[in-house]
This record gives sequence, structure tokens and C-alpha cells, in this order.
Amino acid sequence: MTTAVTRPAGLPKRGLPRGRPGTWLVWACVAFFLVNLFALILSVVVNSFGTKWFAGWLPQGFTSTWYSDAWDEFALGEVLTVTLEITLVVVALALLIGVPAGYALARRDFPGKRIVMFLLLLPVLLPPITYGIPLATVLYKVHLAGTMTGVVAANLVPALPFVILVMTPFVEQIDTNVESAARMCGARTRQVFTRVLVPLLLPGILAAGILVLVRTVAMFELTFLVADADSQTLIVALYSAAFTPGIRAAQAIDAMAVIYMALSAVLLIIALMFVNPTQIVAQVRETPAE
Amino acid sequence: MAVEAPPRPEAPAPGRGGLRHRLAERGVDRVLLLLLPAVLIIGLLFLYPMIYGVGLSLQPKNGGGPLGNYADFFTDSYQRGTVWKTLKLALPAALINVGASVPIAYRLRGRFRGRRVLTALLVLPVTLGTVLVADGLLRYLGPKGWFNRILLDLHIVDEPVRLIYNYWGVLFSLLITGFPFAFLLVLSYMSGIDPTLERAAATLGAGPWQRMRRVVLPLLAPGLATTFVLAFVLAFSVFPSANLVGEPAGETRVMAIAAYQAAFEKYDYSMASTIAVLMGVFELLVISVTLLLRGRLYTGPAMGGKGS
Repeated sequence: MTTAVTRPAGLPKRGLPRGRPGTWLVWACVAFFLVNLFALILSVVVNSFGTKWFAGWLPQGFTSTWYSDAWDEFALGEVLTVTLEITLVVVALALLIGVPAGYALARRDFPGKRIVMFLLLLPVLLPPITYGIPLATVLYKVHLAGTMTGVVAANLVPALPFVILVMTPFVEQIDTNVESAARMCGARTRQVFTRVLVPLLLPGILAAGILVLVRTVAMFELTFLVADADSQTLIVALYSAAFTPGIRAAQAIDAMAVIYMALSAVLLIIALMFVNPTQIVAQVRETPAE
Repeated sequence: MAVEAPPRPEAPAPGRGGLRHRLAERGVDRVLLLLLPAVLIIGLLFLYPMIYGVGLSLQPKNGGGPLGNYADFFTDSYQRGTVWKTLKLALPAALINVGASVPIAYRLRGRFRGRRVLTALLVLPVTLGTVLVADGLLRYLGPKGWFNRILLDLHIVDEPVRLIYNYWGVLFSLLITGFPFAFLLVLSYMSGIDPTLERAAATLGAGPWQRMRRVVLPLLAPGLATTFVLAFVLAFSVFPSANLVGEPAGETRVMAIAAYQAAFEKYDYSMASTIAVLMGVFELLVISVTLLLRGRLYTGPAMGGKGS
């Protein structure tokens, strides 16, 4: 049997689909976008390693001192610790409160359900500044602004509805008979949750948790409005440095930007290991329709 | 469905037990307690501040009746202009992001080698965040950046093109950060359309353009409307890039900047709440118009097959 295995006629060909000029135009545009994006990222990285860059394609020399400078000057060790603490607390709280709420919403039809759904959709739909400013005003009034608690509270507002909206379709996929069977075998409500539902929901919980993690690290507006110097996250520190150019060296700011980029890239890789992006959106996409 | 409904008592007491049973039949039982913490938190951290903000906006610092702030906002052309400036940035950005996603997602559906890598590359800017993109734009599009250098060396322009600290810088940052979201959504909607529908159209003699216009686009249209809404929401709240790569005192003084300045530079929380409320109103206005138009479109199964 030396004949090559031929592909069955029904299967599509592998490799990039190609053909008409329109297709080429689309790919050219994608390539243009990606090349520019790559150059944009690269210019930040190159600048963060450069000594002086006044003219020419590249800086005059290369050094890594900007990183140690930025680390000391912006107290990045503390900022990173605060960022991680806030993010993890937000993820934990959002999951702890959001998953049971998603379960209740998926399993019960009750009067006023549409109002609750609408209430949960609003923080996702409104721009963060819109509710961020009144929320910051209230938090300042009760002296929670500027504290870690305040920042966590502000970040919970978009994170919690997000978890609920992602979890509801996941719960709907689970057959109620599984729960009934567990109850018949004598499991109590707590046991149904810990032994049956949580293991079955684990992919959804993981996906929701990672997405909230990524969103909280990238959430600028709310943290910016509520935090002060001791409770700011990395992105707010980066903005503050970039917004006052001239005071700090541009290279040190770029060094901080590269550190932020590295953190995001690590998170993105972790996220892509656990969730397929198109599937996640397919789960979420039902929510804005209602 | 009523798995966790309380077991029916042997001899139902007419009072409390009956009420509990009747409530359970309407779906109100102890399971709903699981919903309580979430509703409480959203009520406390979202609803209460919003109501408080609306109330605050009706108590102007400078007097002039409950609607004084709103009147001030619309009579002051510097403030009123922010509405138009925000829409001028957000609407084109959302339209371009959705429009560009359609042909790309159309090519990217189905399976082929490298699809996952290409999708990941296109989604990558999501993690960059607006601040980082703004910082990168300052370096890359600046007068001494690589982009201008290429244009100069190719003799396309004689002087560096001014692309930062104005409208274009902000628009570019919105396109870079907003495109991945729009693309992911459009791609997932596109994957939901059964490819056999297109093949059926092809056997009936439809060319590629007709298949796109008569089959794919009508099925995709409701999804595109939803994507537009979400892309618009993202672009509408533009704040960091408008400050960093824009001209925050002039051309790109968007509503978010006006609200921020009122709150944290003039300490006029009443005016800040007014602008925040107006921001929400204008945004919801655009969203409702879009959703209203969406309601006129076909929404139904996008699957081929027997009996459908």
C-alpha cells in the first residue's frame, strides 16, 4: 500500500482560504493592521531599552537601567502586590457571590426576574465613568475611597454581573435530573453544590474567573476614580506617569509599560489555555439581546 | 423544575404552609436566597450611587432651581460641545470596528491551519488596554516615530504627519482597542450560521456577492446590531486615550473628561453627576435606537435542515 492517502472529497481544504482579489484585499488589510500593531508595541519595547533616541531608526545605545529606575521610582514592587491582591479578591468575591446567583437565575422563573436581569445588565452596558463618578462620590462620603476595600467594591460592580451573565447559560446546560438524583441519594443542598454542581460547572467557573481577572487588571476608569497612591493598580500608575510627561523619563515610563504588557501577556496565555475565545463570546452573546 | 420546592406537608396548615406552597409554584422559594447577596451588592454599589447621583445633579452648587445644572450644561457651548465630540469619536470607531470585522470574520470561519494563531493575534490588543495603546501611539506615530520616518523616507510626505495630540490619535487608539472585541463577537455570530445555507444558495445559482448579500448578511444583521451596541459602549467611555493622545482641552474634550474635571478639579460633584447622568442618557439613546432597528430585522434559526 504505497498510494498516498487522499482526503475524502467532503472535507474542506486546509491552509488559508484563497482566491478572488477581494480575499487578498482583506488579508492585506489584516497584515497592515498587524504590522502597525507590532511596530507600535516594538517601539515601546525598544525605547524602554534605549539610552537616547533623538533621531535615526534606533536609539544610540542600549541599557537596562530604566527598568531598575522605574522599579524604584514608581515603587512597582508595591504596585504589583496591590494589583494582585485587589484582582484576586475581586475574582474570589465575584465567583463566590456570582455563581450561586447565576444558578438561581437559571433555575427559577419568578415575578420580577426581568427587573433583576435588567439591573444586572446595566453595569455592563453603561460606561464605567457614568456610575464611577457617583460611586466615587458615595465612597468618599463614607471614607472608603482610597482604601483597598473601596477599590475592590468599585471593581465588583462590573465584575459581579459579568460572572452571573456568563454562568447562567452554563447552569442551564446541566440537567436538573442530576440534582434530583443526588437529592434522592440523600445529599443535602450544600452537598449538591459542592459535590455535584461545582465539579460540573468547573469549566464555566474557570472561564468566568479568568475573564474577570483579565478585565480587572485592565480596568482603568473605576480604579482611577477611587484609588489613591497606596491602593492604585499598575494601569493607574502607568497612566499617572504617562499623563505627566517631562517629570519622568519617557524610557522609564515605557519600561513600566513593558512590565504591564508582560503581565497582560502572561494572563492572556493562561486565559487562552483554558478558554476558547469564540466559545466564551458565544456564551455571552445572548445577554445583550434581551 | 421545582426540584427544591419544600415537600408537601401531610396535612397542609391553611396559613403559612399554604402561602409557601403557592409562592413555590410561582418560583419563589429558598433557592432565590442565593440571588440575594448579588442583588444587595448591585443595589448598594450601583443602584444607590446612581440614584444618589441623579439626586445630587438636581441640587446645583450655584443655585438656579433643580434643573439648573442641566440648563448650564446645554447653554455653555464648551460643555455642550462635548456631546458632539464624544459621538464624533464613538460612532465612527464603532462603525469601522464592526464593518472591518465582517469581511475578516467571513474569511476566518471554517477550519484551516493557523486559524487559532491568527485569531489570537487579532485578539491580542484586548490585553494591551487603552493606556498602553495610547503610550505606544505617542512613540510610534509621533513626529520622530517609525511611522513618520517611513513616510518621509519613501517621500510620500515632506513633513511629519501630525497624528497625535489630536482627533486622529484618539480614533486610532479606539480602533486598536475596540476591534478585537467587535471581531470576536462577529466571528462567533458568523460561526453560528450554517454553511450549508450558503451551499444551497450556490446550487441555486447565486454568485459569491449574492450569497453574501442575500444569505449571510441578513442572518448576521441582528448580531451586527448587538456588536455595534457593545463596540459603541466601549468607544463611548473613551477617557485615558482622549487625555493622553488627544487634545483634552479642545478637539477631544469628551464627556468623560468634562465629568472628571468637574468632579476632581472643580470639586463640583453636583455638576459632575449631571454630566455623568447625561452621558448615560445619550448612550442609552443610541443603544435604544439601534435595538429598535434591530427589532425590525429577521431573528430566527440560522440552521439549515429538514423541517426548519
